[in-house]
Amino acid sequence: MATKLPAVDVVLVGFGWTAGILGQELSDAGLQVVALERGAFRDTVPDFATTQIQDELRYAVRNELFEEPERETLTFRNSMDQTALPMRHLGSFKPAAGAGGAGVHWNGQNWRFLPTDFLQRTHIEQRYGKGFIPADMTIQDWGVTYDDLEPFYDRFEYLCGISGQAGNINGRIHDGGNPFEGARKRGFPLPPLKRSYGTVLFDKAAKEAGYKPFPCPAANTSQAYKNIYGVQMGECTYCGYCEWFGCGNYSKSSPQTTIFPVLLGKDNFKLRTHASVTKVLLDSTGKRATGVVYVDLQGREYEQPADLVILTAFAQHNVHLLLLSGIGKPYDPRSGNGVVGRNYAYQITSSVDVFVNDIVNPFMGAGALGQAIDEFNGDNFDHGPQKFIGGGYIALWTTGGRPILQHHLPKDAPKWGSGWKKAMADNYLRTVSIATHGSVMSYRDAYLDLDPTYRDVYGNPLLRLTFDFHDNEHRMSKFLTDKAAGIAKAMKPRAMHVKQRDGHYTIVPYQTTHNTGGAIMGTDPRTSVVNRYLQSWDVPNLFVVGSCAFPQNAGYNPTGTVGALAYWAANAIRTQYLKKPGALVSA
Amino acid sequence: MHFIPARRRILKAALLPSAASVVPLRFVRDAAAEPVSAPGQFAYFTPVEFNWVDAAVARLIPNDDLGPGAREAGVATFIDRQLSGPYGRAETWYMQGPWKEGTKEQGYQLKMTPAQLYRTAIADVDAWCSSNGKRPFAEQDAASQDTLLHGLEKGDIKLARAPAKDFFQMLLQNTVEGFLADPMYGGNRDFAGWKLIGFPGPRYNYVAEIDQYGKRYAMPTVGLLGRDGTRVKES
Repeated sequence: MATKLPAVDVVLVGFGWTAGILGQELSDAGLQVVALERGAFRDTVPDFATTQIQDELRYAVRNELFEEPERETLTFRNSMDQTALPMRHLGSFKPAAGAGGAGVHWNGQNWRFLPTDFLQRTHIEQRYGKGFIPADMTIQDWGVTYDDLEPFYDRFEYLCGISGQAGNINGRIHDGGNPFEGARKRGFPLPPLKRSYGTVLFDKAAKEAGYKPFPCPAANTSQAYKNIYGVQMGECTYCGYCEWFGCGNYSKSSPQTTIFPVLLGKDNFKLRTHASVTKVLLDSTGKRATGVVYVDLQGREYEQPADLVILTAFAQHNVHLLLLSGIGKPYDPRSGNGVVGRNYAYQITSSVDVFVNDIVNPFMGAGALGQAIDEFNGDNFDHGPQKFIGGGYIALWTTGGRPILQHHLPKDAPKWGSGWKKAMADNYLRTVSIATHGSVMSYRDAYLDLDPTYRDVYGNPLLRLTFDFHDNEHRMSKFLTDKAAGIAKAMKPRAMHVKQRDGHYTIVPYQTTHNTGGAIMGTDPRTSVVNRYLQSWDVPNLFVVGSCAFPQNAGYNPTGTVGALAYWAANAIRTQYLKKPGALVSA
Repeated sequence: MHFIPARRRILKAALLPSAASVVPLRFVRDAAAEPVSAPGQFAYFTPVEFNWVDAAVARLIPNDDLGPGAREAGVATFIDRQLSGPYGRAETWYMQGPWKEGTKEQGYQLKMTPAQLYRTAIADVDAWCSSNGKRPFAEQDAASQDTLLHGLEKGDIKLARAPAKDFFQMLLQNTVEGFLADPMYGGNRDFAGWKLIGFPGPRYNYVAEIDQYGKRYAMPTVGLLGRDGTRVKES
């Protein structure tokens, strides 16, 4: 029997970026807020102290900061005619467990999506005609526009202290920034990071090839910074331990370094860790959430009643909870009806390793220290002759040179023996890698549902992922990879290794933790789970926040857009919902 | 790992009564499935197993004119310690059935933990050597060992119980880990791996050096435990 706890105004499920933002904004509005986090509490001191955090084996290889598949994983198959099997250890993506969520272990690559990304279907139809979109491609518009989100992108950037060079301020193009970005009202809070040698080589080659390279917007602070909540950050030291690690230097934006110091001191905010939410409770009408059930580390069950339930867990966990709670109609890929689990998407990545003559000291870096070109992202180029939809950026990142996972060897290098040793000695200090980061559209047969066989540690069905890359994405990625190879060639390297992404999607090698969809936003309850304010169509006192809301995935890292959506939803709750609780958009 | 074993057991035990009807018996692991530590100097391996792994890693990363190899760097000790801990027990992995052979895209689907895979495969390889009229792996000359390792890598050698290719990949991965991880884990002794490639260790601050393009970094190598890499200095 679950122990019933005193009711609160708001319960947040999960305690990463989105919960930090909503917790801060809604507690500022005077509400009593409780956040439930399945993992442990973690903070810069002691958990990410520089005396221990720079340990590649412990964190990057043995996955200490991430979710443990033993407790929660999903099953996976490429297609509906296969039997899905469990992801037994982490591979293709690495969701977090613990306070701060994936906001602890990200690189800090912080982008805005393009204005046309939010109008994916109508823009493509208008420019290329309806017939340009494959029949099984289920892309749609977001229901919000770039202009709607611009103030909230701005707010997230000033929360984080993003280092960067603006390319478009109020429609005026600025040299050295990204000329393709949507218009921003003002520049970045901090100037770009220092340049590593690799990014300088890329910049030169890209300019020679006729492109307009720019420093990637970075949630790594180029200078000391005091953010919108008065929280202080310090200058990045380029130690090269961002992704998979927490920052010990208060230099990578995370909930810990930007929000927690203020939020956790408030009387009307409470955090409970080791609290795994297993269900959202509904009243007898099925149209109102009454709270959630969670299980603590000892296996005890609690009911936390709340007037407002907000799912702020990682993308697929939000979807899992909706399915377990029976909220919204589950998606049926055969009929195309139903919405929960629909339009799962991912990203398609490739790389070109470039073996140069000079020492580039790869171990000096930062997670978002990169130089990029955006000529081939979104609809920044004419897709007509290419006959595919989507795109991505091409960037040379110098995120670090951790020896186990970040060494690159020429294609013909032996895998072991004296030849491997020699290749390691010859190349480690003289290699850079150019990455392509491509969009993935949504498709009728790419979705999430509940697995019929496998169960999690609480006895609930695992989430089942059915996903494969489609021809559109392979052709787009090949196009990007060819362009990347062209830039690599202009760097006049000793050798290069083109790593094209071919074949089926596989759950094994790490690719990216940019999983999207399954609880998408939109304007029509028949094709979306939440409205344009991320409010459930079915249960108006339930909001679902995160990249699960993306109707398809764009060619940028998602965190900037996730942060903007969290502020957008918080604003809608504060300025509209609290005045008149109920559906903010009529179905 | 942030869940200490004792806590883990409490949770597993606590969940059983209320959830027994829906939760299969995965909370109570088969006692035989747990790695058993060998008495003596090793954390997990028997002396025979240790010698086997030591011989294998000495071929995967040999001692040569470029410097010490995996044997000199203590990689067998590293692997022994890893297998005795959470990694060896697949402690954070989802190890509940049903067990099926999947597609290669579906990844690891073996019922064996890493520790079990090593134990099984090492015995299988030596049994294969014996039935093919060869000496045990650790006693073979370097060229024969290389031939055998290539056979495992390509899957040309069929072992009785362990999948040869999966085992080889795990062995190679763990060998590279041991050669390049912080020396406090027992491998990368005297920074053998890091010195080979020019990685200075976790130096923390490169603000003054990052824009000195093309210049070799001059500071000496360090590990998380300091200059000698393996232990706190005794007074």
